[in-house]
Amino acid sequence: MTDGDAASCELDLGNLMAYDPSHHLAATPSSREELREECLRKATELAQAVADALFALPPNEDRDGPIVRLPPPTTRLPREKHLPKPNPPTKWEQFAKMKGITKRKKNKREWDEQTQSWKRTYGYDRVNDDKDIPIIEAKATDEPGVDPFAQRRDDKKKRVEKQEKNRLENLKRAAKVGALPSHIQLAATALPITGTKADLPKKSRKEDLEDVAGMASSATASGGKFDEKLPGEKPPKHPGKHRKFLPVVEGKGMGNLEKQQNDKILNSLLAKSSEEQIDVGKAITMYKVKKEKQRRKDKDMSSKSNKLKPQKKPHKKSSKKND
Amino acid sequence: MVAAIRVPKSRRAKRELLKHAPKLVETGKKTLILHGTKTSAVLNSVLSDIYHLKRDNAVKYTKKNDKIRPFESGGESSLEFFSLKTDCSLIVYGSHSKKRLNNLVLGRTYDHHIYDLVEVGIENYKSMESFVYDKKLAPKLGSKPFFAFIGEHFESAEELKHLKEVLLDLFRGEVVENLNLAGVDRIYVCTAISPTTVYMMHCAVRLKRSGTSIPRMELVEVGPSMDLVVRRHRLPVESLKKEAMKTAEHSKKMKNVTKDPVHGKLGKVYMPDQEVGKMTLSNDVKGLKRERREAKKNKEHSKKQKVNPSSES
Repeated sequence: MTDGDAASCELDLGNLMAYDPSHHLAATPSSREELREECLRKATELAQAVADALFALPPNEDRDGPIVRLPPPTTRLPREKHLPKPNPPTKWEQFAKMKGITKRKKNKREWDEQTQSWKRTYGYDRVNDDKDIPIIEAKATDEPGVDPFAQRRDDKKKRVEKQEKNRLENLKRAAKVGALPSHIQLAATALPITGTKADLPKKSRKEDLEDVAGMASSATASGGKFDEKLPGEKPPKHPGKHRKFLPVVEGKGMGNLEKQQNDKILNSLLAKSSEEQIDVGKAITMYKVKKEKQRRKDKDMSSKSNKLKPQKKPHKKSSKKND
Repeated sequence: MVAAIRVPKSRRAKRELLKHAPKLVETGKKTLILHGTKTSAVLNSVLSDIYHLKRDNAVKYTKKNDKIRPFESGGESSLEFFSLKTDCSLIVYGSHSKKRLNNLVLGRTYDHHIYDLVEVGIENYKSMESFVYDKKLAPKLGSKPFFAFIGEHFESAEELKHLKEVLLDLFRGEVVENLNLAGVDRIYVCTAISPTTVYMMHCAVRLKRSGTSIPRMELVEVGPSMDLVVRRHRLPVESLKKEAMKTAEHSKKMKNVTKDPVHGKLGKVYMPDQEVGKMTLSNDVKGLKRERREAKKNKEHSKKQKVNPSSES
């Protein structure tokens, strides 16, 4: 809605908004106070324009004051949630539509023939309750030894289970379309009622499950060696020994393994205490890495502009410790 | 199988969950106000002022949240989680650092995913308490505000256009059809003083008696006033924007249906002109037989007539 008067502002009555796109602020107002004054003045004009349009609408007099009907807002703002999808018809609804079955209203009370009284259709004191049947007459088709009361109870249980299964099937179908009723949430994505994001159940990966299964299968007294394998169970991923022991008797061909092992231990112990021992291998690697970095930097320096860069502190060559 | 679906165990929980359901025509959006690891005194004051302005439909978190980085791809997940938990679609996130002083991020969500963001810096802030005015004029909580946007920069600068939309969304409250004219008491005034800054004020509106039936407006500054300097902004993805702007379908008007109190529902059936003369004969054998029979009979009759006069003569 554009207002064609001197103010030349755009009005959005549904949002009670007035917008003046043609106003140029006088070149840098000298003080904050002046800016404020001008803004207030201009805003009063705009507010007056909105009020003019508002009071021009036909009012309904109410005891609190005049009530006007606002037009819908013209500025379009985005929704906060998606449009609700209609539920897909359940299996029973589809069947009823096909057959032309219409819903009929049931009364709250019905006449119960068994007890000759008015009872509720469902709930506490209901019609056709199993409790009220004192005697069930035997039929010719009945087998001896079958309890008809227990039979009735089992039948009812089966009916309830079947209904529950159908209800879940309907929900699954609705969830597939994306129209799950909003008070029902899928457990996999549902938020816990109290708690933080860390409490959300995390889906385990296949590899994690296989690892855990492998560990569990070998966590027996004999290392899982004598257990029967289930069909489809794969052998554990890291079988065998995790420690290396020296052979008890050394053959002729082998070197002095025990001596080597002891030397290694002693060297590392002594190296920790002394200050002069260096790990030659590690020192060589460090030197190589440093050289590589220097070479790369020189290449970069030559390609980039020759700006002076602060020199990096040269590394101190520390004594090597075998940690 | 049963564990795959969570159902609320009590009616109250069910009612609460149904309140969060998507509606065909939406009511007001809720706001979530929170801050990051470091805030300044100015920023604290700004956040609490915004909370007071929107008391009924805003949630303010008091703890600091360190994993939120709105403009980075991974840092929004906390915001989305909070939006889901509190069912808020407007987010006001304040943080303060040496690089970005007094930073305020105004964000909107769609389906609890970040829709768009605007980052502003607060300057020249004056809090609500610092204004002195007649307390009788104070705007009541929950009243529908007026808006005044002044300045050509709102049209020319992309960021200010976006900021205008976000400010409108933030402060407008519910969309109502019926408005009580006696209850208008506040106005938000936003002036674009440069292509990146908006000077925002909040004033109370006083309706004064004037000669005509339309009262004269008088503005008294009551609320916080601040300069919003737009730093960064992220517009919504085009496809998401299209989906979010969809409105509820209006029921189509049925044509050719009239309701008559006597006859009930009436409609007209229009038949095309049949042009019987131009139609070919059908293969209706019985009819053809009858025609032939009759034609033969007539011919016989005429022949007999012919013969008889000749015989007579």
